Amino acid sequence: MPSLFQQIQAGKLWDFHGGVHPPTRKAQTAHKPIGLLPLPDRLYIPLRQHIGVAGHLLVSAGQRVLKGQPLTSADNSMAVPVHAPTSGTITAIGEHTSAHPSALPETTITLIPDGLDEWRQQHPLNLSSSDNLTLLERIQESGIAGMGGAGFPAHLKAGLTQPVDYLIINAVECEPYISADDALIQEGAITIVKGIDILCKLLNPKAVLVGIEDDKPLASAALKAACSQRDHYYVRDVPTKYPSGGEKQLIQLLTNKEVPAGRRPIDIGIVMLNVGTAFAIAQAVLDDHPLLSRIVTVTGETLSQPQNVLALIGTPVSDLLTFCGYQQQKNYKVIMGGPMMGFSLPDLAVPIIKTTNCILAPSEHELPPPGKETDCIRCSACADACPASLLPQQLLWYSKAKDPAKLAEYNLFDCIECGACAYVCPSEIPLVQYYRVAKAEIREQQREAVKAEQAKARFEARNARLEREKQQRMARNQQLAEAREQAQQTGGNSNAVAAALARIKAKQAEQTAVPAEREQILAERAAKKQQAREYQAAKAADSQQSDSAPALATATHQAAASSAPPASEPATVAPTGAKNAAVAAAIARAKAKKAAQAQAEQQEKVVAAEQTKQPEAIEAAPQQAETDPRKAAIAAAIARAKAKKQADSEKS
Amino acid sequence: MSFKIASSPHNRISRSTSEIMLLVVVACIPGIAVQALLFGYGVLIQLVLAISTAWLAEALIMRLRAKPALSRLKDHSALLTGVLLAISIPPYAPWWLIVIGTFFAIVIVKQLYGGLGNNLFNPAMAAYVMLLIAFPLQMTQWLPSVSLQAESLNVLDAVCAVFTQYSCSGFSISQLQSGIDGVSMATPLDTLRTDLAAGLTLTESMQQPVFYGIAGAGWLWVNLAYLAGGLMLIKLRVISWRIPVAVLGSLFLISTLSWLAAADSNPSPLFQLFSGATMLAAFFIATDPVSASTTDKGRILYGVLIGFMIFIIRKYGGYPDGVAFAVLLANMTVPLIDYYTRPRTYGHKARGADK
Repeated sequence: MPSLFQQIQAGKLWDFHGGVHPPTRKAQTAHKPIGLLPLPDRLYIPLRQHIGVAGHLLVSAGQRVLKGQPLTSADNSMAVPVHAPTSGTITAIGEHTSAHPSALPETTITLIPDGLDEWRQQHPLNLSSSDNLTLLERIQESGIAGMGGAGFPAHLKAGLTQPVDYLIINAVECEPYISADDALIQEGAITIVKGIDILCKLLNPKAVLVGIEDDKPLASAALKAACSQRDHYYVRDVPTKYPSGGEKQLIQLLTNKEVPAGRRPIDIGIVMLNVGTAFAIAQAVLDDHPLLSRIVTVTGETLSQPQNVLALIGTPVSDLLTFCGYQQQKNYKVIMGGPMMGFSLPDLAVPIIKTTNCILAPSEHELPPPGKETDCIRCSACADACPASLLPQQLLWYSKAKDPAKLAEYNLFDCIECGACAYVCPSEIPLVQYYRVAKAEIREQQREAVKAEQAKARFEARNARLEREKQQRMARNQQLAEAREQAQQTGGNSNAVAAALARIKAKQAEQTAVPAEREQILAERAAKKQQAREYQAAKAADSQQSDSAPALATATHQAAASSAPPASEPATVAPTGAKNAAVAAAIARAKAKKAAQAQAEQQEKVVAAEQTKQPEAIEAAPQQAETDPRKAAIAAAIARAKAKKQADSEKS
Repeated sequence: MSFKIASSPHNRISRSTSEIMLLVVVACIPGIAVQALLFGYGVLIQLVLAISTAWLAEALIMRLRAKPALSRLKDHSALLTGVLLAISIPPYAPWWLIVIGTFFAIVIVKQLYGGLGNNLFNPAMAAYVMLLIAFPLQMTQWLPSVSLQAESLNVLDAVCAVFTQYSCSGFSISQLQSGIDGVSMATPLDTLRTDLAAGLTLTESMQQPVFYGIAGAGWLWVNLAYLAGGLMLIKLRVISWRIPVAVLGSLFLISTLSWLAAADSNPSPLFQLFSGATMLAAFFIATDPVSASTTDKGRILYGVLIGFMIFIIRKYGGYPDGVAFAVLLANMTVPLIDYYTRPRTYGHKARGADK
């Protein structure tokens, strides 16, 4: 029995359950040259075009930007920046219809190109002399997110530190109509392989598997030719079947492995990137050309010249359609993405973003509107088509019944929403839509449950606090009452006068106590700092010389303790820990202070003297300080050191 | 400017429910033709009656449920139910039998359970069983094949027979049932069961003219015609191969074993496969998607169950054929079968593997 790796090397392919064969209709675009779109009048660049968070905005309205200049900065790992696709002026930063099924407006930069296409300074990297960190930084700074559709930040995949068996490059464009990757491979196979080289340097996989369908012979041949010099790169032609380009499905096709539910491919030693992402990485690293444009398939029967075009990120869909000879048909739908998973656009001002691979403008005859939904006849065509081996008709039943427990039992969340079930359904039931709604409802319920839990916790905490306060109030009232009673028992006016005098005295004492308190706080702070310093020093010493360092440290402590004159009133409280030591030190300080009868300005000098442990502080210490307080300070320091030593010995 | 918004996927396969139902009806045509040729034109009259009743009943219920009747009729499910019941009952059964049966199938078995897709039992088979229990005499008056009939019946005779139970020339159904030799004849399955129960051996029983050929006179051809129609359905991917293969495979297996064990008291496996309603059951009745199992493993199990039940009821039961009962019993087990044969979802361990 040959090992899995040997089987893969021998070219074995596996299969996944289900799948459908919709008409591919790729011929009208696949073999035409890539069209170059004229510079658009304006570009709409959304701040977030990937899975993750938007970067921090770097520009403002009215500013002129150069081609390739970052417009946002990636301030955390889930962010990738967006760049100016050409030079021009930013006219506005505001809301614009998003390239998302919801079409909700999102923050978008409007850029009016100046036609100069003036580049910023470019700094290409040399692959052999760059370390991995530099490469990853470059990939992130170049704004690269998965170009196959999901838009996962590429640097996160490329920066995985777990061992990688197989790096899979996904060149399977299983959605009908789309031929953007096909065109890219035909023209840029060499660059793609350079991108794979960079990924190999970063991930160090055992083998690279490039999956491509068998209906793209030209692209496959180009890739095979480009990979011929690399002995562990294997290009595999997989049968054309939808959705073989799904991450999980392609893994199953090429390696016979399954990604366990709720896990990621890296957990089984696999990383998958889209072929377009590999291309973008090569451009970013070797040419310092950030992700500014992408190939988009513009197709459908309402276009006179369907073709692949190279479009700048931010180009409105209307520009692409006009370029390809769009004849609008009664406002029939325009789809971003393919016919299986794409979404219809509410208007044509939606921009091309990093994940847009297709604009499909079909005629009504070509992709007819959905018919009337009829009853499920349990024919199970959906179950036969499901690539995840789910039972869509059961899921439909429980979706309609709003039964989250049963939906979970039938693994609703393993649905990849590929649409194969709805595609085959003879009753024209929009199954995927039912699942989307059910998923959203379950997520909403979970959010509600969390909220309710939090509210409950808050409520209980509040009740406890109110109860506690009530108890405290009652206790205090009782005390006061007792005090009043005592006062009344001793009785008389003179008492009241005495009480008033006592109050006044207390007030005065309080006033004088204020600076003392401040001094105490400062002193404690300094003590804590000192502790931290000693701890760090000990730690550093520890790591350097594991044996001698602590001994040395103890020795110094002992030396310091023995060489110093005994404190006038040594600390008597036995410290039981670091905190107690600090308390003891504070007591010693207070006593020393008392002995010196420190006054307001002298107190500050005490603080300064506190720092005498630092050699530079000794230099900086005020020379005019009187001997008495200084002595006292030294005594205090000694007391502290002793206390510390005790604490240390107790700890050890 | 507003564009149509739709949820993905935006393209769909063109085959609809009504096309599927219609294809099944079309696939029945060879079988119906052979039945009409070999057993007389009665089946055609039954078909007309059944289809009209089915449409009427469906339209009536749709009216009561305040739903558009015409669009529901267009799904052809009522048509199919009518056809299946009409070809299952004796061709010269009285007209009210098929009317009651079809009405029961559509109204009680299908619509009262919630309409298309919600019925637990196969409507045609449930109606068949109801008729068999309520009207046993009329449900067993099968005429012998045309070659054995003493009096040949033309179309007009057939109409008369169905509506009056007398042919135009005045023969009653029971007279018509008698063969050339004057002995009243039942179906081969029925005859065999009676003879075996009476203590005759298989060989003795098989001497009678009704057993002409492998599976009884005429029945082989009817079954072959339904087999051809069924294979067409599999080829067109209207039905899955699993249920028919499981039904026929298990019936073949158990009848071979019993035949090898006691050839004198058990008919041959070929007789079992090509007699009675075996092929009709395997390809057209057990495969009814609504009442059958929906998982791959479940379909095999469901088919095997039907195959065994057909054998057991034919051998030990009191009815001429076991198909309808077998299908109904299997229908009852479907929710259980479906629950325990769920496929392993991608990325999940097999159920019970982690326990």
